[in-house]
Amino acid sequence: MTDGHAAAPYGPPGREDDPDRGPDGPGDPPEWVKSERQLRREAELRARGRRSVSIATASTIVVVVALVVGITKSPGWPRVQETFLSPEAFVAALPDVLRGFLLNIKIFLIAEVFILVVGLLVALVRGLRSPVFFPLRALAVLYTDIFRGVPTILLIYLVGFGVPALQLQGAPSDPVTLGIIALVLSYGAYVAEVFRSGIESVHPSQRAAARSLALTHGQTMRYVVLPQAVRRVVPPLLNDFVSLQKDTALVAVLGPLEALRQASIHASSDFNYTPYLAAALLFIALTVPMARLTDHLAARAARRRTGGGDA
Amino acid sequence: MSLLKVEGVWKHYHRQSVLRGVDLEVAPHEVVCLIGASGSGKSTLLRCVNLLETIDDGAIHLDGTEITDPRADPDDVRRRIGMVFQAYNLFPHMTVLDNITLAPRRVHGVRAEEAEARARELLDRFGLAGKADEYPDRLSGGQQQRVAVIRAVATTPRLLLLDEVTSALDPTLVTEVLGIIRELKDTGMTMILATHEMGFARDIADQVCFLEGGVLLESGPPGQIFSEPRHPRTRAFLQRVLEARRM
Ligand SMILES: Nc1ncnc2c1ncn2[C@@H]1O[C@H](COP(=O)(O)OP(=O)(O)OP(=O)(O)O)[C@@H](O)[C@H]1O
Ligand SMILES: [Mg+2]
Repeated sequence: MTDGHAAAPYGPPGREDDPDRGPDGPGDPPEWVKSERQLRREAELRARGRRSVSIATASTIVVVVALVVGITKSPGWPRVQETFLSPEAFVAALPDVLRGFLLNIKIFLIAEVFILVVGLLVALVRGLRSPVFFPLRALAVLYTDIFRGVPTILLIYLVGFGVPALQLQGAPSDPVTLGIIALVLSYGAYVAEVFRSGIESVHPSQRAAARSLALTHGQTMRYVVLPQAVRRVVPPLLNDFVSLQKDTALVAVLGPLEALRQASIHASSDFNYTPYLAAALLFIALTVPMARLTDHLAARAARRRTGGGDA
Repeated sequence: MSLLKVEGVWKHYHRQSVLRGVDLEVAPHEVVCLIGASGSGKSTLLRCVNLLETIDDGAIHLDGTEITDPRADPDDVRRRIGMVFQAYNLFPHMTVLDNITLAPRRVHGVRAEEAEARARELLDRFGLAGKADEYPDRLSGGQQQRVAVIRAVATTPRLLLLDEVTSALDPTLVTEVLGIIRELKDTGMTMILATHEMGFARDIADQVCFLEGGVLLESGPPGQIFSEPRHPRTRAFLQRVLEARRM
């Protein structure tokens, strides 16, 4: 405890308005000239940096050469080369596979929007306190429990063949739509949990502060909790979306001509598996940038503690 | 008529009684300081007044109406009470200005320009004019706590609750926060402060209340409580504080 407040003056402080935060001590602040020691230190660090780069390069070369030699010297290599790495088959299949891949992207983009909406709604419903909402809340719990438990491929079969079999009036029968519905149901449950964990990670004192300002539960969510929660869950959400991009290929089982389906049509007509390689490369081309973006955002989130700032 | 009347309030956590029949009256424009050891129930009492906690017995009246009535609207009560927390609890994703204007705009329906003008005026008055567009994590602890006080008074509450608003601060930053509280007293703001700053309590309070183990043992004007405490436990507490300060 500090003493003597009774006598201290409590005038309003007004010093921080000063925009320049330069040192305000007496006299001029000393100019910084790099010392000998610092120059030597930096030279040493540069040398060490060069050394690590050369070591990394050398070890990469050794590994790659070993892999290439190991694979190409294997007894089955000529056959593999023919069936998986045929340039002619690649060129022949690529246009169709690429066209199919555009459908994958379309499925992905549409599903992603609905997944975010479903996931957020389910997470919010689970956070409602009022007893009036008990049935809704129970439904939300049931939904996440069930759809996180069922394998996505199974769900695609169930929705894709089950819904048309019901012969309901107005129910969709188009395989792409059915595939999207199945993906949304499956991923919505995951994303709901991601959102929920984000909401719960916001410290209760933030809620207390908002409630003390007389914000309602809804306003507290909208203005205080969700903005912080969403910022925190962006990396895990992107991670789920990387996985969703791949899983769009599962819709192939329902028959629409997306990349995997196109590749398998070509593969079976030419008895050559190279089209699969083409499809794989296309998926990689899409997921790698997304994965790097996820890493980048996660690293940035780790750097800034609380998410203040403008992201 | 008293602005706030706390009558026989009990509060339990699990099986432990944290408040045991607390009575307290606060007149308009009065400044009440709650003192007492850590765990004596100061924060709990403030949180009960703000309806952040539900009391287990007794009643609390604000401006003559019972706010602990189950039919009372807690949001309506909180619109009339401001609260400042020990850990500031500013919203980290909002600028200082947005922190301050959130409740006036969303809860009290003040137009954006009007709320902003008032916020800037308050920031100006309390020496934070250049900080309106900063994010809280770019401010010092003392600055953050001053913003928290401004946020709480921006809606011109009837009553302001301050829970150990200086105990997270460096001693050099304490005075700037206490300065703003003193200014608020001069404007006639009714306040209840939980505090460990005995010097400040003595200086600013109209009424000092000593809590121990959830019981309000003694209350009175600061001159009396600090100079001639009636209750031996009050005396012992003040003695301990004094000794701790000498070390
Ligand atoms: N949410 C809670 N759950 C359980 N026990 C609690 C809770 N909040 C407070 N307590 C208990 O209630 C008692 C009073 O706590 P309170 O925070 O009101 O004390 P205080 O006087 O404000 O202390 P300090 O000076 O350390 O802030 C303590 O024993 C504490 O452990
Ligand atoms: Mg406390």
